[in-house]
Amino acid sequence: MIYLDNVAGTKPDERVVEKMIPFLKEKYGNPSAHFYPLGREAFEAVNEAREHVANLIDATPDEIVFTSCGTESNNMAIKGLALNDNYKDKKHIIISEIEHFSVQNTCIKLLNEGYKITKLKVDNNGQINLDDLKKSITDDTLLVSIMSANPEIGTIQDSAAIGQICKEKGVIYHVDAVASVGHQKVSVKDFNCDLLSLAGQNFYGPRGTGALYVNKEVKLTPLFDGGFQENGYRSGSENVAGIVGLGEAARIAKDEMDTYIPKMQALGKKLMASLEGMFDFLHITGDKSKRLPGHVSFWIEYIEGESLLLWYSLNNIYGASGSACSSNILAEDEDDLAASHVLTAVGVPNDICAGSMTFSMSKYITEEDIDKVIEVTPTIVTRLCEMSPYYNKK
Amino acid sequence: MAKGPYSDKVMEHFMNPRNMGEINDANGVGEVGNPACGDVMKLYLKISDDGIVEDVKFKTFGCGAAIASSSMATELLKGKTVEQILELTNNAIVEALDGLPPAKIHCSVMAEEAIEAALKDYYVRVGKDPKIVDEMKAKIKDKVKH
Ligand code: FES
Repeated sequence: MIYLDNVAGTKPDERVVEKMIPFLKEKYGNPSAHFYPLGREAFEAVNEAREHVANLIDATPDEIVFTSCGTESNNMAIKGLALNDNYKDKKHIIISEIEHFSVQNTCIKLLNEGYKITKLKVDNNGQINLDDLKKSITDDTLLVSIMSANPEIGTIQDSAAIGQICKEKGVIYHVDAVASVGHQKVSVKDFNCDLLSLAGQNFYGPRGTGALYVNKEVKLTPLFDGGFQENGYRSGSENVAGIVGLGEAARIAKDEMDTYIPKMQALGKKLMASLEGMFDFLHITGDKSKRLPGHVSFWIEYIEGESLLLWYSLNNIYGASGSACSSNILAEDEDDLAASHVLTAVGVPNDICAGSMTFSMSKYITEEDIDKVIEVTPTIVTRLCEMSPYYNKK
Repeated sequence: MAKGPYSDKVMEHFMNPRNMGEINDANGVGEVGNPACGDVMKLYLKISDDGIVEDVKFKTFGCGAAIASSSMATELLKGKTVEQILELTNNAIVEALDGLPPAKIHCSVMAEEAIEAALKDYYVRVGKDPKIVDEMKAKIKDKVKH
């Protein structure tokens, strides 16, 4: 099996799993019960994890709130601000048109609460224009929420420059860094951000774990009412094993990123160059250099994405497709069949079901894996072209 | 093989589509598209003088369900009379494929529409009014209701 859908989730590092197991078995104390050893052990493990996560993103431990995933972190950041009395006079939020649904849909909800949302356009490579951002900020602007990297097309934004603009204008800046953490250097100091979301599953940690960095200057109203876990930001018993796993994943990423990133980068470049050389009707999406390491995304004229995805998977190569057909493979409602908002935003024609594919690598991918993808691609593409009424052999 | 959203039958037809290609001397060609997802199917029929489908081929731009529906439709069409193929609904195609996910039913509808379009083209070519197809379809639907 060649697993190339790592933006959907990475394989947990063996050391992460090992570290979690005792907290699922014998170390089952509740961190809130730290007056006896069993509880204290859990309490200390959670705090150790907090240190590792903080360390990975240049924050301090008291600025880290553990959540259940990237979606919760994004919701907590945006709704938490909107619900807070300190900011009730500001009713404008700026996002980009390629944000994750957990940002987009949260903002749509806020429209009903009287918020105005500006969606910044991106260029064909998926980057926002910094001048557009500057011009969009008004006295009413509460928040700018722009992701650091887009999982579908791999493009990396200039988060530091965005942060600088927000700082100068006195606007709160949230970064959805779910796709970036563990794959590029993410520093809340360099980014000049106030809020930053991350998720364990994207950097060899367990699924269902996440964290939100909250700058001490920023006030958030919690989404859940209950006890005082996580500094009062998130009530509810902690997922101790998950948090321990997330912490270990952060520790490993911090220590080893410099080794695995160049390898992934080289393999990504090799795959991209080979694919581009194969057919003149294959188009790379996203920025070719400012992109996540080992991320390759493309679309092919005449071919529909789900068929491509299925054929790769029949060859034991697992990627993702942003085509309307595949994203709704299990949808109940045909009306939901719309082309990916990210692909539409970067100008992939949406009058056809874009034949888009995303291959995202992990640190475990080898050169042989990539050679195999390169080897099977021409057969798959030729086969689907032969079947396509659009394709006329030149 | 892992099942996923598709039945084994669908996957089998997706991997080994029957009657894929074009017929140069076809006398009925229908091309239909689905604006919801952008899929397109082109169907070629070769109908004999006594009104029997002698040969049928297809080309499809679409998802797994669209390709499997096209392939299954061609299998169901071969050797049938013009009247018989008009009775071929998308339900029959779905059934023959051992089902499709709800959001993919429209891919089989497209196959039914392609058959209709190809037949209309056939009627035009033999100098008859293509409206016959609509009338016959309406009659069939009526029969099903009663
Ligand atoms: S081809 Fe797009 S859903 Fe069937």
